[in-house]
Amino acid sequence: MTTPGEEAPVTSDFVRSYVITGGRDLPSSEELALHTLVTLAPGRTLPLGAGPEVRAIWELCAGGYLSVAEVAGHLGLPVGVARLLLTDLSEQGHLLRRAEPPRAQNVDRATLEKVLNGLQSLIG
Amino acid sequence: MDSNPSSAETAQKSIYVSSAVTNAAKILVVGHFAVGKTTLIGSLSEITPLRTEEKMTQASVHVDDLRGVTDKTTTTVALDFGRLTLSDDLVLYLFGTPGQQRFMQLWEDMARGALGALLLVDPARLEETFPVIDLVERYGLEYAIAVNCFDPAATYSEAEVREALDLLPDTPVVYCDAREQQSSAMALIALVRHLLERAA
Repeated sequence: MTTPGEEAPVTSDFVRSYVITGGRDLPSSEELALHTLVTLAPGRTLPLGAGPEVRAIWELCAGGYLSVAEVAGHLGLPVGVARLLLTDLSEQGHLLRRAEPPRAQNVDRATLEKVLNGLQSLIG
Repeated sequence: MDSNPSSAETAQKSIYVSSAVTNAAKILVVGHFAVGKTTLIGSLSEITPLRTEEKMTQASVHVDDLRGVTDKTTTTVALDFGRLTLSDDLVLYLFGTPGQQRFMQLWEDMARGALGALLLVDPARLEETFPVIDLVERYGLEYAIAVNCFDPAATYSEAEVREALDLLPDTPVVYCDAREQQSSAMALIALVRHLLERAA
């Protein structure tokens, strides 16, 4: 995150991402889907040495459930970087996760019916 | 919100998913550049549509396999998405995805767990839709065609669209105005009905 008054940003977004992630490979969507919902688990303490991006995620996720994509969007982070940091926090037990899509690509009929009903309620 | 009261300011609360929601569904809104994907998402979303970016550094691996391109440069692709609460326990995310072939990694990410894709079409630029159809088919996504009527006078008949795009007979074709919530909802309804038929 670059905030006003901060030092000039590094040379490119790529370098910036590299610094945030410590140069690690970004996890795949197998780890956390874009629409998986996450929130901060109750009673957790911010890890020592947390960087500004982790702090920002921490504050944002303390407020309630958001999808992985929304966390990235609100904080102006590339999706892959947000996913990596969220995966770290999740592995450390700091996050609750909901609505994880099944691994298999089969579409669940009950969900489709709910989606259909919800959409139909939008039209008069 | 049932969580940590020391956290978010009150003003932020509306950005969160209701705490009763336990299920999140995803539908892709795909189509070529400037076809109206973000407009359609914005017409339905309960939050201000968000934009984020995906870095395509690892995409070159996939691209290598498919097209023999070996460049390792980083490409940034914007993703636009919105959210719609459909019932007490279900939210729908709409992800607008660019149709370019070189963003294969992005497509894998998008396709994972997606119910299906609404494929937006500009009738004046039908040929630009072919690569997008190839992509949705490659990822095994069921889809419906939504012809975005920018100019009703310039539109083609459904038969013409079907023929030009070489669609299967059961692929739905609907006309919509992506700026209008009801029209956008109708297009998604056509898609979801199709998905239900295919799931039967």
